Amino acid sequence: MQSLPAIPDVLKLKRGSGAPRRLQDNLTIALFLLPAIVLFLLFVVYPIAQSIYYSLFNWKGFGPAVDFVGLKNFKNILSDKVFLTALRNGFLIIVFSLVFQLPLSLGLAVLVGRDLPGRVFFRTVFFMPYVLSEVITAIMWLFLYNPDPERGLINALLVLIPGLKAQAWLANTSIVLPAVFIALTWKYFGFHMLLYLAGLQNIPVEIEEAGRIDGANSFQNFFYITLPLLGSTIRTSVYLSVLGSIQQFVLVWIMTQGGPVNASETLATYMYRFGFVRFQLGYGSAVAIYMFLICLTFSLIYQRLTRQPDYLTGL
Amino acid sequence: MSRKIYTILSLLLVAAFALSACGAKATEAPAQPAATSAPAATQAPAATAAPAATEAPAKKVTVTWWHISTVDNQKALFQKFADEYMAAHPNVTIEITVLANEPFKTKLTTVMQSGNPPDIFQSWGGGVMNQYVDAGLLQDITPALDADGGSWRSTFSPGALGVYAYNGKNYGVPWDMGMVGFWYNKDLFSKAGIANPPATWSEFIDDVKKLKAAGITPIALGEGDKWPGAFWWEYMAVRVGGQAAFDAAQSRKGAFTDQPFVDAGKNLQQLIALQPFQDGVLGAPYGDEQVAMGNGKAAMELMGQWAPGADAGSSTDKKGIGDKMGWFPFPAVDGGAGAATDALGGGNGFAIGKNASPEAVDFVKYLSRAESQSQMAQINMNVPVVKGGEAGLSDPNLIAVQKGAAAANYFQLYYDQYLPPAMGSVVNDSVQGLFAGTLTPEQVAQALEDSAKQELK
Repeated sequence: MQSLPAIPDVLKLKRGSGAPRRLQDNLTIALFLLPAIVLFLLFVVYPIAQSIYYSLFNWKGFGPAVDFVGLKNFKNILSDKVFLTALRNGFLIIVFSLVFQLPLSLGLAVLVGRDLPGRVFFRTVFFMPYVLSEVITAIMWLFLYNPDPERGLINALLVLIPGLKAQAWLANTSIVLPAVFIALTWKYFGFHMLLYLAGLQNIPVEIEEAGRIDGANSFQNFFYITLPLLGSTIRTSVYLSVLGSIQQFVLVWIMTQGGPVNASETLATYMYRFGFVRFQLGYGSAVAIYMFLICLTFSLIYQRLTRQPDYLTGL
Repeated sequence: MSRKIYTILSLLLVAAFALSACGAKATEAPAQPAATSAPAATQAPAATAAPAATEAPAKKVTVTWWHISTVDNQKALFQKFADEYMAAHPNVTIEITVLANEPFKTKLTTVMQSGNPPDIFQSWGGGVMNQYVDAGLLQDITPALDADGGSWRSTFSPGALGVYAYNGKNYGVPWDMGMVGFWYNKDLFSKAGIANPPATWSEFIDDVKKLKAAGITPIALGEGDKWPGAFWWEYMAVRVGGQAAFDAAQSRKGAFTDQPFVDAGKNLQQLIALQPFQDGVLGAPYGDEQVAMGNGKAAMELMGQWAPGADAGSSTDKKGIGDKMGWFPFPAVDGGAGAATDALGGGNGFAIGKNASPEAVDFVKYLSRAESQSQMAQINMNVPVVKGGEAGLSDPNLIAVQKGAAAANYFQLYYDQYLPPAMGSVVNDSVQGLFAGTLTPEQVAQALEDSAKQELK
């Protein structure tokens, strides 16, 4: 009972009113935001500004940038065939991801989310690749893809099948991209599966039950109830997948360095090649700006297109 | 009353956050230079020690030395040299940092960009070193080399020392120098009925055909890493165009689109058309090349002087093919302007950072004595570069390499080290296109010329 008298006390609190009060409030807000803003400016905005600055120079990374070239770097990038290859590859990886990787993840999520025997085991197994570091994943797949059937598991299995020959998976310009994509899928499907699992758990069982009572078979149940209710999760998953595809670097760089002859080049490996192999940091910065613009444009458009409020579909 | 307390409390909290954010930053800023510039911090006394050295030699000096010899006996040898020197000069402390190749490059780039080079560090000379010189990060040691009538300078072979010179000034000294050549499996050659290694390019092509006919993979190549294949193109350019063609192109009196550079690609195409390489050559890292040679799965490779050790180390039994390994120089090319003795190669050396003390330079001088070099040769670490150092060599193949490198009138450093990094990378990238059949010899030459127009001014 001692706590009750405290309530009128709080209610009696008087704050200033009018302009002084607004000033006071704004000051408080500003002070609370200050640490975050300082860090944001220092580690996000400042580097971006610096990249924009350096992208206007022919600069090798040592000493001050003096050789001002204006927008020449940006022009040269657009006329470079390798950049266009990298763009195309990025686009292909996005398409592959949307067509193969995400449906696979969704399918598995539905399977292990249900009353499948041993589903906890499978859930762990499927999620394990995502926990592995990218470098380890890349090196493991390098071993698997080794062209020598005595050393590479995939080829060792392949030569057991009559009529099939060992393939140099990462050395053939026409199959290297799909080969890298398989490794990418193996690495990331667990992550998307986890997203979908979380989404599935938010769907009340009653709705599907009601559907079943109304005579919907499990096929209809999935396509007319589960899938639409997963809308917001799918949108998030697609968003992350597309941005991840555009920025994909580690796996590709370790497995192929973008090769052979640029056949598996992505925007990120292209940027790295110019920035840190050729030491043309001005040019590399310009590539980074293009990547930034591509991601930004995609984000804005995507968010606008999918702005339908989530509470309508997501429950 | 309580309201005031709340306000004060929240203000304090905010201030604490703000301060801790600033605080982290503030301590971070000095911490970073301190960590990377252990040299710089000790440099201040070092610099003042220079004049004082004659009067009061006891002034403490710290010398930082970064090298990349991670193999146990080589690392121990370098430590031994440092210990010897410190014993003889009690005022000098030598701090050695041993790094593997790639981490070394990354770390060095970082300290270079912050303007704090180590006193002594691993270098391969050429275009990368010249960039550091242009940025004012290295020390001109020409006076030290020329002191006492050039007594230090005269111990080196001029070609090797020249790799660490830029615009007539020296910024480092070589430690070893080798050349690229063919390492071959004698057993596989005789199995294919080849009595003597080829001396001309047409003989070479014939031998490749013979090896193929005998069901042997003629050549191991790690073209996924690009530089192994670039050796082929560069050596061909050395043979076809000689020094004249390269000098003309580099000085911009000529161009990399001149006929010799196109012909180099055409000759190479002739070989590539025979498909002489192991399967998956385009994606294979250099390590696969080592495995193929070390396990006796391929008849030869075009590689530098380190190949026998590297191949043996990568083989299944860790012994490699032992004395079945032979060496022959790159064959002469009919009608080529280059002499058959001209060589492509390179080696390791040490560059001197801008803040290095006289003691650091003196230690490098100590390192490059013939005795040190001979000890290095005795453990088959590399091919010595100082006159008299070759006394330590015992392996016949390495002796052949050493003689070949010493006999070369025109010694071409690997393009990707001699030329600016951007051009070196263009050579490596576009020659891979030649191996893949996606670029013509003319396009390879054109790509290099386009880059030269930007980089060589």
